[in-house]
Order: sequence, then structure tokens, then C-alpha cells
Amino acid sequence: MEDRKPDNLMIQASELTHYYGPRPAIQDVNFGVKRGEILGFLGPNGAGKTTTMRIITGFMPPTQGKVTLADYDVVEQSLAVRQRIGYLPETVPLHTEMPVTSYLKYMGTLRGMPSRQIKRRISDVIDLCRLGDYHKTIIGKLSKGFRQRVGIAQAILHEPEVLVLDEPTIGIDPIQVVETRRLIQDLGKEQTVVLSSHILPEVNMICERVLIIHEGMIVAEDTPENLAQRLQGVDQLQVEVGGPVREVTAALRQIKGVTEVTHRSQQGRNVFTVQVQRGQDLRDEISRVVVSNDWRLLSMQLVSMSLEDIFLRLTTHEEL
Amino acid sequence: MRTIRAVAWKEIQVYFGTPIAYIVGLIFLVLTGIFFAIGVVPSENNPFPEASLSNFFQWSTTILILLAPALTMRLLAEEQKLGTIELLLTSPVRDWEIILGKYAASLTFLLAMLLLTLYYPLLLFIFADPDPGPIYSGYLGLVLYGAAALAIGMLTTTITSNQIVAGFVAMGIIAALSFVHFSSELLGGFSALLISEIGLQSHFEDFGRGVIDTKHIVYFLSVTAVFLFLAIRALEFRRWR
Repeated sequence: MEDRKPDNLMIQASELTHYYGPRPAIQDVNFGVKRGEILGFLGPNGAGKTTTMRIITGFMPPTQGKVTLADYDVVEQSLAVRQRIGYLPETVPLHTEMPVTSYLKYMGTLRGMPSRQIKRRISDVIDLCRLGDYHKTIIGKLSKGFRQRVGIAQAILHEPEVLVLDEPTIGIDPIQVVETRRLIQDLGKEQTVVLSSHILPEVNMICERVLIIHEGMIVAEDTPENLAQRLQGVDQLQVEVGGPVREVTAALRQIKGVTEVTHRSQQGRNVFTVQVQRGQDLRDEISRVVVSNDWRLLSMQLVSMSLEDIFLRLTTHEEL
Repeated sequence: MRTIRAVAWKEIQVYFGTPIAYIVGLIFLVLTGIFFAIGVVPSENNPFPEASLSNFFQWSTTILILLAPALTMRLLAEEQKLGTIELLLTSPVRDWEIILGKYAASLTFLLAMLLLTLYYPLLLFIFADPDPGPIYSGYLGLVLYGAAALAIGMLTTTITSNQIVAGFVAMGIIAALSFVHFSSELLGGFSALLISEIGLQSHFEDFGRGVIDTKHIVYFLSVTAVFLFLAIRALEFRRWR
């Protein structure tokens, strides 16, 4: 059923649901992150990005569902997971009364690094994050942009296999934004990176794959190029079909006007995402193909329509 | 062990880097100094004072009701307020290591504070001939009493992100446990015995008299262990909120 091999996946989340009180913050969220991939969560504020990241990092358990990171269960084997992640929370919480180097040394020890390695890595990350002139400054006296750098420095200090960055460029000035993005791209060459953002161009620039999350649900999953294309003129249909995956995919691909078909299974159901050139309504054609092959057409939904609404709520332009 | 030390060392640095520790230390030394002097300097009410620290010990426990929570109230409440707890709890550190590390820092500060009071007995040994027994046992009792008070403070700072609430609730619990033995006089029989056995103060008195009773040591260590255990459970529970 699953076309990706699970052992290639660094992070695998299945059917994550989290409730704050009666309202679900995220619902039935499924995704996988490949080793070495940079995955972006894109969504307006309040979409459920922070909740998802807090679950991945083991800060809180999901109400339902399961996440594994490097094949360790985030809840059951929390310590093994926490040894492998570097995390930058959204608000960049730092101990404001400590100088930068003491803080980094403290965080390094908490991560179980040997002291010689801590010393070496501190000078590395201070260079990488350009904190050189401020390494003795009390964190509370640093500007927002520099605090952000300290936040990134502590996240990468122990060279974690997975970096989780929640809104890494929020609230910092444009030049620092550019620098931070470049830094993340460099880090992503060797590490698995999961980041969240509400800025469309940012995600397009940094990420290899994007999940669009809206009102707690993943509404689209694609490469930045395809996303951009979709904005320019491709519609997408979500079709749920009861039938053999390979044959259905092949048959759907043959329909005129279809540009791409991808498959994912959601709670054991086969959902096909069909890309269609904009302006063509292929719903008739698709249902005919499915039915004529004796497969069951279980649902069909035009996704791009709703995506547009979400895009409207994203920050699509940057004022640099 | 290394993580506990790292957590403790960070907190000790904060203690000595912020005014609160100095204020707590100063208040403690000024007040205990006054009560020490009242106990040993001849006055109209007490023309022939004894060269002992009993007055100092007795009042120190009361002063610690106020000051021990001042040392612990920040420890986890502030992390929760500032959100730094998110990085602490996502680091590969066990919950008990966090609690014990922070507790060790507050205990270290208390010991440092008590170390500074050692010039009271020093004065006694220079200018008089005190009985050393009650002095040793009194200090042991004070350390045990302080350890229990700080453990109570650890629990309250874990369950709230508000330092003031953490401080006052701890003060309330320590004060209640310290003074509960007074109420045992109103009751009779088993309930009176039970209540006087629960109280911190009733277990402290023997130490001031120079008696080291294992029963009292076990009592204070148990109170400490119970509250630290509850604090660890509270922190674990925090993850599931």
C-alpha cells in the first residue's frame, strides 16, 4: 500500500489528533519526513503548526495517534527521541539572565555532550550564527534578532539528527531573515529539518516539500514548485477509490488533462490526488473511468478551491 | 548525575547573580543575629543568659517558613512563565533529574546561609564555655528542617507558573506543618498524638535540646522525600496537560 519504505523515514506521524479542551487543534494528521529532507509546514496562524511541532519534540503527547522519530516512539521512548532533536520553539524562550556562552554550555550539558565537545561546538555555532561580538552578553540585553540566533545556536549545538524550527524567522529584521534562511538551507544539507512558517515565499525558498495545514488538518502536500504551479493554474482533485492502487493510478494518469496522480493511504483508505490543468472539469471523466473499471468511487473533492481560501490567509508577499 | 549537576550549577549561578538571594541571605542573617543576641546578652528579663544557641535555633525555623519559599518559588514557576520549560522538557533530561538538580541548588544556598551563621557559635566558644552537644544537634536539626521546607517549596513551584502563588502556598504548608502541634493540645487521645507527630516543629524541639533521635531524622527525611516525589510526579503530569 505505502509506496515509501518506512525505514527511509526519519519522522513518521500517523493519525495525530490533539485536543485542547473540546476543540481539536489538529485532527488526523499524517505525514512522513525523509532523512535529510527539509519539510515545511505552511499554514495561517492557529492552524496547528505549533501543536504538531510540540508533539514531534515530545513536549506533549498527542491525544491520539503516534509519532516515531528514527524509529523511536515519541511518547514511549521519549528520551531516545529527545537525544536526537534540536528544537527552536516559536517564542524562543531563553534564560534571559545568563550570558550567551554560559547558556550554550548549560544546554550542551543537558544534551549530554562531553565538555570538550561543548567547548568546540560553542565556538562553531557562535561563528555559524554570527554571535561573535556578543558571546559574553547577557541574553536579556540582546535584540530579538540576536536572541533568535541564540535560539538557533542552542538547537544545532549538539548536531542533532533532526532540527525542529517553529517559525524561525518571525519577528526579525529582513537582513537577518535572509541570513537565517541561508543558515537553515545549509543545515538541511546534512540534517533533517522540519520547520513551520506562515510565509509562502519563505517555505518555497527553503523547503523541499511542503505540507499545508489548515484548521488542524493537512489539506495539501507537495513540492514548492508544484505549489507555485497550482497557484498559477492547476487544479487538484482528491479522489477516494476502492480498487488496486497501481491500476487506478495508471488509469487516472491516462485521462486527458491530468498532469499528475499521487496516492496516499489515509486510515486504510486510498486517496488519490489528481492534478488537473486549470479550467478543466474532469470530474465526469474520472468517475466514468473508475466505474467502468468496476472500482468503487467513494468520494471526490475539488481541492484547489479550498486551497485558494487558505492561500488568501497566508502571507504571500514579503515586503523586503 | 552530570545533568543534575548542570541544572543545579545553573540555578546556583542565578542565585548569586540576582538580588533575591542576597536579600534572603541578608534578612536571614539580620534576624537570626538579633535573636542570637537576645538569647545570649544579659537583659532585664534575662539577667543570667545561658551561652547557648537555643534562641537562634528556635527562631531560625520560624524565619525559614518565610525564607525557604523565597528560595524555591522561582525555580520552576519562572521556567513555565517564560516558556523555557519547553526547551528543558524537550532536552534528554529525566523529570527527577530536573527536580533534584533544582532542589540541590536551593539546598546549597541554604547551607551557605547557615555556614555564615557559624560565627554565632564561634563567638560563644571564644567568650564563654558553651555545651557543644546542643549546638551540633541544633545545626543538624536546622539543616533537616530546612531541607524539608525547601522540598515543600519545590512542589508548589512545579505546579504553578506564578511565583507569588508558589511562594505563598509553600509558606502556608510549611507554617501549617510547623504550628499544627499547638492544636494537638485542644484534642485528646489518638488524634492529638497524630497531629503532634505530623508537625515539623514538634520534631525539631529535641534537636535544640541536644538530643539526636533517629525518629526525628527519619521524619524530616520522609517529609523531604514525599514532597520531592510529589514534585517529580507533578512535573510528569505537566507533560500530559
